[in-house]
Amino acid sequence: MLLIGISLVFLAVILVVPVISVLGYAFSRGLGVYLGALLAPDTLAAIRLTLITAVIVVPVNTVFGVAAAWAIAKFDFRGKQLLITLIDLPFSVSPVIAGLVFVLLFGAQGWFGPWLRDHDLQVVYALPGIVLATLLVTFPYVARELIPIMQLQGREAEEAAVSLGAGGWTIFFRVTLPSIRLGLLYGVILCNARAMGEFGAVAVVSGHIRGLTTTMPLQAQVLYDEYDLVGAFAVASLLMLLALFTLILKTMVEAFGTRRRRA
Amino acid sequence: MMRNLLLAAFAVLAGCGGGASGDHAGGVRLLNVSYDPTRELYREVNERFTAKWLADTGQNVTIQMSHGGSGSQARAVIDGLDADVVTLALAWDIDNIQRNGHRLPASWQSRLPHNSSPYLSTIVFLVRKGNPKNLKDWPDLLAEGVQVITPNPKTSGGARWNYLAAWGYALEQALGGDLSRLGTAPADEVAQAQAKAEKFVGDLFRHVPVQDTGARAATNTFVQRGIGDVLLAWENEAMLAQQQMGADAFDIVRPSVSVLAEPPVALVDAVVDRKGTRMVAEAYLDYLYSTEGQDIVARNFFRPTAPEVIERYAQQFPAMRMFTVDTAFGGWDQAQKQHFNDGGTYDGLFVPAAGAAR
Repeated sequence: MLLIGISLVFLAVILVVPVISVLGYAFSRGLGVYLGALLAPDTLAAIRLTLITAVIVVPVNTVFGVAAAWAIAKFDFRGKQLLITLIDLPFSVSPVIAGLVFVLLFGAQGWFGPWLRDHDLQVVYALPGIVLATLLVTFPYVARELIPIMQLQGREAEEAAVSLGAGGWTIFFRVTLPSIRLGLLYGVILCNARAMGEFGAVAVVSGHIRGLTTTMPLQAQVLYDEYDLVGAFAVASLLMLLALFTLILKTMVEAFGTRRRRA
Repeated sequence: MMRNLLLAAFAVLAGCGGGASGDHAGGVRLLNVSYDPTRELYREVNERFTAKWLADTGQNVTIQMSHGGSGSQARAVIDGLDADVVTLALAWDIDNIQRNGHRLPASWQSRLPHNSSPYLSTIVFLVRKGNPKNLKDWPDLLAEGVQVITPNPKTSGGARWNYLAAWGYALEQALGGDLSRLGTAPADEVAQAQAKAEKFVGDLFRHVPVQDTGARAATNTFVQRGIGDVLLAWENEAMLAQQQMGADAFDIVRPSVSVLAEPPVALVDAVVDRKGTRMVAEAYLDYLYSTEGQDIVARNFFRPTAPEVIERYAQQFPAMRMFTVDTAFGGWDQAQKQHFNDGGTYDGLFVPAAGAAR
C-alpha cells in the first residue's frame, strides 16, 4: 500500500502536475489565442520541419535497425560484440556531442566543409544536418528493441526455411518479419517520439534560423525566450500530445502482445 | 574511394536541403545572424525595411533571423552558417569570424560610421520593484546576501560587458576616479589598481548563483523564475523586461559609471558575393543609420547615434558617465586575451566561485 502510494504521489508530482501546467499556460488566453499561436507561420514551419525530419529518419532507422538486429541475432561473425557496443553508443553519448560531430565533419572548418562549399551544398545549419543529427541519436531504438526478441527466437525457423529452399528475402518477409512485428512497431514508436522531441543534438546543428531550421522543441524555447508564453506552451502542448499518443500506442501494442501470447 | 562514396551520399542529402542561393521566387533572401536581445528590434526593422525595399526597388526581400549568445552565433558563422550580415554584441566576435575563414576584410569595422555600431547601449542594474536591497552602485552588489544574475562571459557577449563594466568601475576607483591615468600613472600603481579590480570582480562573481549561456536566458532566470536580487543587463534588455512585465515589477538602477557598449554590424562579403545579395545587404545595414531606422532603434530601447534622434529620446535615456573598452582595456582584443580566453583572469575567478554563493 505504502509503495503504491509513494509511486502515485511521485507520478503526480513529476508527470501530472507539469502536464496540467503546460496545458494551463497554453490555454491561459483562450482557445483562439492558442490556435493562433499554433498557426503562426514560424511555428507551422517548425511543425513541418519536425514532421519532415521524422518521415526521413524513422524509415531509415527502421531498415537499419532490422538489418543490424538480424545480423546480430541470426549470424555469427567477428566484431559482433563491437557492433552491439556501437549501436548502444548514442544512448551513452551526450546529444550535444552527437551534434558537434557533424559540425566538425561538415561545418565550414570541418573535414568536408570546403568541398561542400565548392559545390554549393549546405549540410549543417540546414535540413541535412538536422536529419543526420536526429538519425544518430535515434538509431539504437529499433535495433535495441529487436535484438533480444530475435535472439530469443533462435534461428531454427529460418534454418528450416533454408532447407525447404526459400531465398533470403522470402525468409525475411514470410518467416522473420511476422514473428517480430510487435517489437518492430514498438521500436518504431519510440524512435519516432525521440526523433520529434530531440533538442540537444538538433540545437547544435540548427543555426536557429526562424521559420527555416527550428524544429518544434527549438521553437518552444525561441518563443519562451521572446516572452511569448502562450506560443511556447502551445508548441509544448503538441509535443506533449505526441508523448501521450506514443504512450497510448505503446500500451496498446503491449496489451496486444500479451493477449497473443496467451492465446 | 570510401571518402568519395561518403561525399556522394551526403551530396544527395545536401541537395534535398536546398542550395544556399539568395534567390527564390522572384525575391531575395537575407540571413541576419544576431545576438539575443535584438529580437524585438530586428522584428520591427525587418518589417519596415522589407516594405521600403519593395517600394524603392520592386523587389521582395525576406529577412531571416537567427538569435543566440553572441559568441555561439559567431562560432556558428565560422562553422558555415551562411549569414549575409552579422549584428553581434561586440567587435571581437566579428573579428573572430574575420580571422577564421576571412569571409570579410580585416578593416570591416571602419566601413560604417561609429565603429560600425548604429546603436549603443550600456550595462545597468534591473532590480525588483522598490529596490528592496537598496542597490545604488557597484559596491552595493557585494553586500552580504545579495544575489547577482549575469550570464557566463565565455558564451555570452552581454556577460563580458557586465564583467568589464564592473572591472572598469573598480579600476577607476583605484586610480582616483580617472581612467586616463592608466597610461600615465606609475606602473606599480596601475598594477595595484588592476589587482584591486580583479578582487572586486571576483567578489562580484561569488554573488552569482547561476550563469546562463546567453543574456536572454539570464533575463528569464531573473524575471520568470524569480531568482536573484539584481540582474546585470543591457540597458535595452532591462527596459524591455520592464515593459513586458509591467513597470510595477522592476526598477532600473543606473550606476555611477558603466561601460559604453557598441554592438557592431557587418556585411559578410564572401556570403553576399556568392549569393548575389550585396546590394540589398548594404542597404539593410545603411537603413539602421537612417532617421527612420534610428527611430526604431530608440523605440526598442537601444541608444541611437544620430544627433536629432538622440535629442528626441533624451528623456528615455538619462545621461550616464560611460567609459569605452578602448580606454579601460586597450580594445577588445586585449580585453579578450587578458580576461576571457582559456587561462585568463575570468578562469581564475571562477574556480573558487563554484558553490560559494549558496
